[in-house]
Amino acid sequence: MSYARPHAGVQPVTHRWRKIPVSDLGFSSPTRLENGKLFIHIDELIGLLQSDPNIRDVRLAIARPGESVRIIPVKDVIEPRLSLIPDYPVFPGVLSAWDPDANGILSGEIVSLSGMVVTTVGSIVGFQEGLIDMSGPGARYSLFSRKHHLVLDVTVKEGMERHDHEKTLRMAGLKASDYIAGSVMKKLPSTDIRETLVNPEYPGPPAFPRRAGGNGKPRIAYLYMLQSQGLLHDTYYCGVDVKTMLPRRIVPTEVLFGAIVSGNCVSACDKNTTYHHQNNPILLELLRRHGTDWDFVGCVITNENVTLGDKQQSSTLAAELIASFSPDGVIISKEGFGNPDADLMMNCSKIEAHGIKTVLLTDEFAGQAGASQSLVDTHPKADAIVSTGNANEVIVLRPMEKVIGDDRVITELAGGSSKCRLPDGSIAIELQALIGSTNQLGFEGISSRYK
Amino acid sequence: MAEASRNRKYRIVHYLNQFFGGVGGEEKADCKPFTIQGPQGPGRLLEKLFREENADVEIVATVVCGDSYFAENQESVLREWIPAIRGHRPDLVVAGPAFNAGRYGMACGAICSSLEPLGIPAVTAMYKENPGVDQYRKTALIVESANTVSGMEDAARKMVRLGIKRLREEKIEFPKAEGCFEQGIRRNYFHAEPAYRRAIDMLLRKIDGEPFETEYPIPFFDRVEPQPALAGMKGVTIALVTSGGIVPTGNPDHIESSSASKYGKYPLEGLTTADAGTHQSAHGGYDTTYVNADPNRVLPIDVIRDLEKEMGFKTHPWYYATVGNGTSVDNAQKFAKEIAVELIRDGVQAVILTST
Amino acid sequence: MAKEIERAGIPVAHICSIITISQTVGANRIVPAVAIPHPLGNPRLPPAEEKEVRRNLLKKALAALQTPIEEQTVFS
Repeated sequence: MSYARPHAGVQPVTHRWRKIPVSDLGFSSPTRLENGKLFIHIDELIGLLQSDPNIRDVRLAIARPGESVRIIPVKDVIEPRLSLIPDYPVFPGVLSAWDPDANGILSGEIVSLSGMVVTTVGSIVGFQEGLIDMSGPGARYSLFSRKHHLVLDVTVKEGMERHDHEKTLRMAGLKASDYIAGSVMKKLPSTDIRETLVNPEYPGPPAFPRRAGGNGKPRIAYLYMLQSQGLLHDTYYCGVDVKTMLPRRIVPTEVLFGAIVSGNCVSACDKNTTYHHQNNPILLELLRRHGTDWDFVGCVITNENVTLGDKQQSSTLAAELIASFSPDGVIISKEGFGNPDADLMMNCSKIEAHGIKTVLLTDEFAGQAGASQSLVDTHPKADAIVSTGNANEVIVLRPMEKVIGDDRVITELAGGSSKCRLPDGSIAIELQALIGSTNQLGFEGISSRYK
Repeated sequence: MAEASRNRKYRIVHYLNQFFGGVGGEEKADCKPFTIQGPQGPGRLLEKLFREENADVEIVATVVCGDSYFAENQESVLREWIPAIRGHRPDLVVAGPAFNAGRYGMACGAICSSLEPLGIPAVTAMYKENPGVDQYRKTALIVESANTVSGMEDAARKMVRLGIKRLREEKIEFPKAEGCFEQGIRRNYFHAEPAYRRAIDMLLRKIDGEPFETEYPIPFFDRVEPQPALAGMKGVTIALVTSGGIVPTGNPDHIESSSASKYGKYPLEGLTTADAGTHQSAHGGYDTTYVNADPNRVLPIDVIRDLEKEMGFKTHPWYYATVGNGTSVDNAQKFAKEIAVELIRDGVQAVILTST
Repeated sequence: MAKEIERAGIPVAHICSIITISQTVGANRIVPAVAIPHPLGNPRLPPAEEKEVRRNLLKKALAALQTPIEEQTVFS
């Protein structure tokens, strides 16, 4: 087996992405895909998951779009994928050791199931986990209401420390996704959707002034901020805790392979689930029109640490890395809220100081009446902001016929309160509590404006 | 729409100041409030414009009050006259237009803001620099008018159109679209394009030097003058306040882990330290493992007691706590104002505020 | 909160980790803390040293309260 090593500046890394549509889920043996319906062998999957001694019990459930079902409290949502590249597995570094820089990212094929996801729930580890409603007023706020869910309701053994509890659930979701991908995608059906994504070359061709020439395409880069504040607020790149990293360049299509995995199960409205990372629409759009409408010159991931010193260091290095691509402009996406607003403003101001234009994606916390200031930090250079909505706005959710998980926790979720249950069984809760509702990678159409 | 079965006219009450009410000019600004049957002055124009829009309305009463009288007796005027206005069973109340007359604008704003919570729709109009705009924009719908009376017909027309919508109980989602001042309130809506595409489009415009509109204009933060420094620590009473959510074990007041709607006041009397048995963090926005193990890491009781002895100051026997996670700035302000009132009353001379 | 308490007439020393936020929301006397999950502590230190860190932060806050200032000042 030889390792084709892409030469710098010559062969851009190229990935072909095949998507197999799934239109229904069911339980039956063996695990297989038949005419668009995915069947799961319950005992086999549960047996696999319970080989982790930390797991005391797993229950599986299915939720379909349009059903009167509430899934709560959600830890993560994952899309099953299979890499067809030898030695480059999905979730590299997590389920097996892997170094992204040892041999370079290899070109090849990846397959995903589209239309279904693996969703993990379990007793609450901390506040701020969230819910998904498959119908009713809450459904329009998140793309997850249009997916078929295989829900893993995981109970861990007694007395587990919180960090271990979170890790156990995280691994269970990833293992289940891998199990499905491995079982089902050995024999690939002919009905699938394919696209080819070509990454930017690195180092790329030299920049030339756009205005003098006038016919150059705009050079665009992307700064991808990842939550890294500690327990339940963590993200992993190739298995490494992002809070221990410095900002670095990634090959954009690495996200397809699950290179970025979420350990962030708080801040339900604006935390990026693993699914969100796998399908990052900013990255995908920049790739799809790369070479035609613009030159996508590169992507940098950076963290959101909890000390001022780390924030200053990360923002300085991220800005310098971005500047090394000579972009005309940069999209910056944030994760979470509150002190990450400070990271966002530092990243923005330092990149602008290099003479590079920025656009920021952020949600708002403007209070339930919308009368409060939306961000905790600002900078005069942050003059181009796309808002993904005010997460404090209250929504009334109808009672659902079925709850997968445990909805007694609803009053403890961020965005809930002791007063949120209404007499008819509805709950009045802030958007904060709905998974993905104000996602800052820009999946959804929600926005906010002055009334 | 209830219109089909309506067999009576809509009832409107109109509020005017001494000038438009026909009493007199500035010299009559102290005139006490009184009622005129039917329309007066600009009210006749309003009725005419309503008719032109095919709305069947009748101004049943006009309330007139001097601008100075209102300004100096606002509380009693509202207490007496809001019920009086309600007594006419209005379907809509119109106040002004006030143009750039400051006291008049404040009166119109106050009246409309008092009626809305009672379920009576109200409309007013004034010029952008009228102080009534800043004061009442969030709680009343204020149509933008010209500076002077020459803009009467334009303002009246906008008030009539908005008034008709309110009579039909239409929800006014975006006041700006109706010719009103923005209320300065953020309201969610669904854009046709997902945010990632809007971001890329905005960036392309910004790169090309084309005009673009940010979806969130960065606000201006006001500053407060620093309070004078203490002359020394001996004999001074200081208080501890925290937004890090340190509460007695069990969170007896159920302070929310995010978007807190309340704060707590808890005793420090007799405590020389905080520990996992006595205190915990209710804050949901950070990893609370370390703070729960030793709450002194956010509420430094242990060290404060040592320093008290060394430096001769006193620590107020109560501390205040809330959760600063996703808590709106407005709530934080409200809590701080209430806390400050108590601290001053209790003779506290300085505060140490700890946040995460 | 610091701004509103100060507006009412009581000087405030704000101990917080992210001073840019404190500066933005308008506190006047700002003391940088250790880190968000443990602003007045450091679990990586032995308890006696950690207490010393906490003590120094408090002393800075008290010194800040005794220092006349004209504008927002960070006491590091």
